[in-house]
Amino acid sequence: MSAPVFTARGITKVYPMGEIEVHALRGVDFDLFPAEFVVLLGPSGSGKSTLLNILGGLDIPTAGHVVYQDHDLTTAGEAALTEYRREHVGFVFQFYNLIPSLTARENVALVTEITDHPMTPEAALALVGLEHRLDHFPAQLSGGEQQRVAIARAIAKRPDVLLCDEPTGALDITTGVVVLEAIERVNRELGTATVVITHNAAIAGMAHRVVRLADGNIVGVSENPTRRGAREIQW
Amino acid sequence: MVGRLPIPALDRKLLRDLWEMRSQALAIGAVMAAGVVMFVTYLSNFDSLQRTVEAYYERQRLADVFAMLKRAPASLEADLRAIPGVSVVATRVVADVALDVPGLREPATGRLISVPSRGRPPLNDVFLRAGRWPEAGRPDEVLANEVFTEANRMAPGDPVTATINGRRRRLTIVGIALSPEYVYAIRPGEMIPDNRRFALLWMERRALASAFDMEGGFNDVSLRVMPGVPVEGVIADLDRLLEPYGGLGALPRRLQQSAWTLDNELVQLSTFGFIIPAIFLAVAAFVLNVALARALALQRPQLAALKALGYSNAQLGWHYFKWALIIATLGATTGVIVGAWLGAEMIQLYNQYFRFPSLDYRLSPAVVAGALALAFASAGIGAVSAVRRAVRVPPAEAMRPESPARYRVSMIETPRLQRSLGQGARMVLRNLERQPLRALASVIGIALGGAILLVGLGFVDALDVLIERQFNDGMRQDVTVSFVQPRSAAAIHAVASMPGVMAVEPMRAVPARFRVGARSRTLALTGLEAAPDLNRVIDQQGRPQSLPPEGLVLSRMLGQVLGVSPGDTVQVEVLEGRRPVRQVRVTGVVDDIMGLQAYMEFAALGRLMREGGAVSGAYLQVDPGATGALYARLKLTPAVAGVAIREAALRNFRDVMAQNMNLTIGINVVFAAIIAMGVVYNAARISLSERERELASLRVLGFTRGEISSILLGELAILTVLSLPTGTLIGYGLGMFIITIFQNEVYRIPFVVTPPMVAWGWLTIIAAAALSALAVRRRLDRLDLVAVLKSRE
Repeated sequence: MSAPVFTARGITKVYPMGEIEVHALRGVDFDLFPAEFVVLLGPSGSGKSTLLNILGGLDIPTAGHVVYQDHDLTTAGEAALTEYRREHVGFVFQFYNLIPSLTARENVALVTEITDHPMTPEAALALVGLEHRLDHFPAQLSGGEQQRVAIARAIAKRPDVLLCDEPTGALDITTGVVVLEAIERVNRELGTATVVITHNAAIAGMAHRVVRLADGNIVGVSENPTRRGAREIQW
Repeated sequence: MVGRLPIPALDRKLLRDLWEMRSQALAIGAVMAAGVVMFVTYLSNFDSLQRTVEAYYERQRLADVFAMLKRAPASLEADLRAIPGVSVVATRVVADVALDVPGLREPATGRLISVPSRGRPPLNDVFLRAGRWPEAGRPDEVLANEVFTEANRMAPGDPVTATINGRRRRLTIVGIALSPEYVYAIRPGEMIPDNRRFALLWMERRALASAFDMEGGFNDVSLRVMPGVPVEGVIADLDRLLEPYGGLGALPRRLQQSAWTLDNELVQLSTFGFIIPAIFLAVAAFVLNVALARALALQRPQLAALKALGYSNAQLGWHYFKWALIIATLGATTGVIVGAWLGAEMIQLYNQYFRFPSLDYRLSPAVVAGALALAFASAGIGAVSAVRRAVRVPPAEAMRPESPARYRVSMIETPRLQRSLGQGARMVLRNLERQPLRALASVIGIALGGAILLVGLGFVDALDVLIERQFNDGMRQDVTVSFVQPRSAAAIHAVASMPGVMAVEPMRAVPARFRVGARSRTLALTGLEAAPDLNRVIDQQGRPQSLPPEGLVLSRMLGQVLGVSPGDTVQVEVLEGRRPVRQVRVTGVVDDIMGLQAYMEFAALGRLMREGGAVSGAYLQVDPGATGALYARLKLTPAVAGVAIREAALRNFRDVMAQNMNLTIGINVVFAAIIAMGVVYNAARISLSERERELASLRVLGFTRGEISSILLGELAILTVLSLPTGTLIGYGLGMFIITIFQNEVYRIPFVVTPPMVAWGWLTIIAAAALSALAVRRRLDRLDLVAVLKSRE
């Protein structure tokens, strides 16, 4: 196997919350390899979002080291983290986080305008099957369509990693499947290393590797010998 | 390669967001525009007036030093020319005479000024507006000043009768003229121009000199001083040379009546042009800050997402900063356009009481640039902290759902109160208490609108007070008669026996120079009875001040000019009669409202002058039915130089001064109302966007439109009610501050606010709030429940 995209060692994250300290992560080791599809599985509060935020350069750990290729994310300043997010990471949020005053095409353009070798917004939207909804505003799109715009926005920069936080959390099964298909396609066709957070065990079947978290620790890692397609998923 | 959008996506967002909150942007822009309008109006007028004044003085060769004297031989001219630093000497014969103006019942005053028989005056040249120059050898031909001929509807060819040396002489006006020396033409000793009853008449020198026994002599000198030579030294030399000839004390140009009044007006304009806009723009910055901070709070999730996508703090900061800049651009552009229009209107008013050959409005690029800079600076100051705070949001926030805002039972909710309060009222109270700083910001914002309104309205009151003090409390005589020469006490009896005269008070006015160390002022020292009934000395509160049996009573402002207070001594150099020079103790200062005055008790002044009961004039109370007979009699009395009538002065004041002030006040009031509207509307709109979702949820739960409106508008009502007394307090402080800055030698208007004005201010704010509430209510009624609940943003 080639060198990992991410190498995280001993990641600990402590949030002060009033008088008490909340240990979101308690010394987690994690690797992500090129073109890999990993699902982070766990109940709420298990620390999976915290781990994803740290991998994505949205947050820094209290202790431990995260190295992305040759960048040490633990010691990077705010400007370096911004640069890192801009160049390498694609985010998909549970609540889409589209800019309501911009159309689908413009929401994608937000990213393509600030990166070096992006696809066109039209190509990115075609990849998620929204080539016919280019000039619609978020309010004119269904939840699934909005999430697919978010995926297009995340992948248009041709990121090295795609980080998805409960991408189907707000969606019903049929729409959720369409969104997962889009993520699967990106992973397969572009070879983008992908991490998907979910508390839905059914989605785990899509992954190369499933990492289970509970109470801030990794409690199990399993590899799927045969992956299931998004279409086959039921929940 | 990538097909880029013609406008970057982030800028599109900016434009659409701005369009979405266009009514709020408009409200903030209007406040900003109001400040810029004031700035442009006042400063462009200042600029136009100053340019006009300078050009006029230059072209018509206004003198640097002015002096009057009793009579000096023409041979003295050579000595005057020899004063070091003097480049031009112009001597004249000037005399004040009583005038009989056709169509005017009462006698008027004319100032006859000699012009050379050949050629133009070397200094203080006259500008001929219409008609022609008096012909040599025609002693009856005169030029008359424009404001006088306008006020009396006279034209070249019209006659006017003057009492010259006791003889009535018919003069013919052959030309209409203006003079840089009399841009502001006022009868000596008065505060308000009376254009109908005060004429400047220019007459050929030979004719004038022979009428006043001034052949081979002169009684008026003007000097041009070489550039760089201090005028004080020249004045000292001049005074020394003129003293044996009854010199009345030379004045530098800055203290010459017309130039002094103009200077004071210019200073006031420029101060006004800075202070008032500064206050407006400070308010605009504050409103912008509050509005932007709250609008950005609504954008937190978007901001976090943009940061997660790789936008840097600087990029996002600049993005939001541009909101403020666009609003400032709109406000400033509108402000400059409206200000230019208003400025051009306002200068017409100046033309009524300052008279120039032409007073052209000019909006200089510097004023425009200043206005833009000020608007951008205030927008920047307003925006910077709000933007800074907003872009500091951690990007990880984009990954989290919004958590419910933290509320608690409000402090004032006792169990009993809780039972009596409806659910809606509880929400209002808790919402206010949850964010006390935000509530405070809204209260202060609305209060600032109210404060500015109060300041504007306060000036209406101040104008009334000015009129009340000047014309009702102080100047209670119907008629003031001044004599050609000081007369004996018998003149008072003669006046008392004239038809219709019910009461008479004597008055003595002597020209004097008041000197304290290096500071000096030349003005009239007025002798009045100790506790007069007619012309009283009053303070700003309208309380009559009695004159002590000894010593000087000065306007507080004159005390400041000279640097003296009660107990100090002033050297009084009388410039008339035996010209005594005395050290006189200041025994009182009076907080009066107009001009610089110096008073002494009548008998004390008589002792100082070593003359028994001489009078310069008299104050009369007159039977209103007998004024016609009295005026007819006065016209025929050669000893009378002029008559001032209280009613006419009051009318003039209202016509000319009040008109000007009313424009200023009107502008203040209108713009204060704009601010009040802008602030209230903004507060209401932001509350609506913040709570749209909550209110829509309530509607879904079955609340009526009225019920949800009362939750939102109830909050607004509480904020408005709290802001009313706050605004009155701030306004009072602001008014006192402004009025203190505008204390000048011409006016010292007290800042007074009467209950009716407070009530008007409050009503305006309440009306503004009600209108804003109505606009918000309309939006609430159109709330699209499904859409609001569906989208998280």
